[in-house]
Amino acid sequence: MGKVVVVTSGKGGVGKTTSTAALGAALARSGQKVVVIDFDVGLRNLDLVMGAERRVVFDFVNVIQGAAKLPQALIRDKRVETLFLLPASQTRDKDALTEEGVARVIRELRPKFDWVMCDSPAGIERGATLAMRHADTAIVVTNPEVSSVRDSDRIIGLLDAKTEKAEKGERIDKHLLLTRYDAGRAARGEMLTVEDVLEILSTPLLGIIPESEEVLRASNFGSPITISNPSSAPARAYADAARRLRGEAVEMSIPTDKRGILNKLFGRRAA
Amino acid sequence: MTTEPSQRQPADRSGAVTDDAVPSRPPLRAADASPSPGDDPLRKRMARGGATAAAQPRTSFRFRGRSFLAFALTPELPLADWLSELDRWLRQSRGFFVGRPVVLDISGAKLTKYDFAGLIAELETRGIRLMGIEGADPSWGGPGLPPLLEGGRTFGAIDAVDSPARNAGAAKARKPEPTSLLIDAPVRSGQTVFFPNGDVTVVGSVASGAEIVAGGSIHIYGALRGRAMAGAAGNPRARIFCSRIQAELLAIDGLYKTADDIEPDLRGRPIQAWLDGNTIRVVALG
Repeated sequence: MGKVVVVTSGKGGVGKTTSTAALGAALARSGQKVVVIDFDVGLRNLDLVMGAERRVVFDFVNVIQGAAKLPQALIRDKRVETLFLLPASQTRDKDALTEEGVARVIRELRPKFDWVMCDSPAGIERGATLAMRHADTAIVVTNPEVSSVRDSDRIIGLLDAKTEKAEKGERIDKHLLLTRYDAGRAARGEMLTVEDVLEILSTPLLGIIPESEEVLRASNFGSPITISNPSSAPARAYADAARRLRGEAVEMSIPTDKRGILNKLFGRRAA
Repeated sequence: MTTEPSQRQPADRSGAVTDDAVPSRPPLRAADASPSPGDDPLRKRMARGGATAAAQPRTSFRFRGRSFLAFALTPELPLADWLSELDRWLRQSRGFFVGRPVVLDISGAKLTKYDFAGLIAELETRGIRLMGIEGADPSWGGPGLPPLLEGGRTFGAIDAVDSPARNAGAAKARKPEPTSLLIDAPVRSGQTVFFPNGDVTVVGSVASGAEIVAGGSIHIYGALRGRAMAGAAGNPRARIFCSRIQAELLAIDGLYKTADDIEPDLRGRPIQAWLDGNTIRVVALG
């Protein structure tokens, strides 16, 4: 049985979709069978970040309404063959997702995949609560910034209250993924430090993704950064986070892009 | 009232219709509503007196929480059968509902608005006066109707038969009400812990945007970044203790102090707060 993971945050724009794609791709590259689901009905983005926007025929809402079968809606990634996408509908809204429909789709996917990764929309309303509903594990994406941290705290409270596991009295695994981290700015007091965030949220850390232009470039290029540029600092950070998600003990570090001059020359020539 | 079930509920509040109005809110609103600090006498006073919003004259309204145990009537379909059953029962215990708080819980029965209006009228003819309605469609509310409630908790069946023998048994079986609540997890932003019966102890932090409302004192072994309201049921002797203060608001017995009014030197330190007349005193511990 696969694991259902929700990637959530409360606040928008902190990197949920980017992280879902990067982690999903990293897991798939290590041989795991992964499906990423876009729960952001009406504002879908995961298809773009995955570079599959021209291949969408059927979507999540079609499957829920019975207009399409699940295998018809799943899009296989062209680069990593164990990576699949279930896109959201862009023309509908969150009300098109029904509780039973979502439950059925998750039930169908769970035995077929090692990882079912649900990319939650921002907010704490229907879309977000449905995305977290069936999760075994939650990844809470947070920027080192007070509003993001408080929203994450709110989401953690909801994860402990509104998920199926919580309602059965079980505990949902929660991990913190700190994105857009700039060690220099944190040291200068312009950003919250890792310690500040951990102290406020008291949730174990899955990884620290350094702020990098590479992330935006990868998104615009339609390729998860762990596929398009696996040697970049953020990609290495995501790969480490993916290994931790699989239960490996990987020492926590913040990868940087600083390379020796030889390395740089070599890197350029190779490119 | 706690909105998210993750907080351990005090076992005894069940069934009780608890008043959600948080005691310290009204004065807070009053202060917030003032258009500019300049024309507000309260603000001026605060500026002159330095530090204590709590030192306001006691002209403001105080709201206090009350909780009552109400009988919940849960009609079943078809209504005619349920009403005749009720009638049969009422014939045996005439006047049972006189002067007792009764709540109508229709969340279990799928009623139409029409059925609902009829049901209320039927209950009225039987002398059953409702203090609230649970589980009704919000659009059904109206000026002539009791308020629509939500979030009530079941207390278990109340023994409605007036037999002395049974009552004696029930009295023995009833556990004493817990007078404290222990929470051993962080209280997250957006969560409210509401415990009117006594002290609340939190082993962990109370996040910014979270709220603890206690009838007694509040003890926080962690950082207090949200709001703490002690003595909310009208207890001026309640205190607030925390191992690190970064609070948004402290209130005791309806008087409050916001973050701006707390000595900046105290921030991040362990403190206790108590009520000295009309002033909240906050001092460092240890």
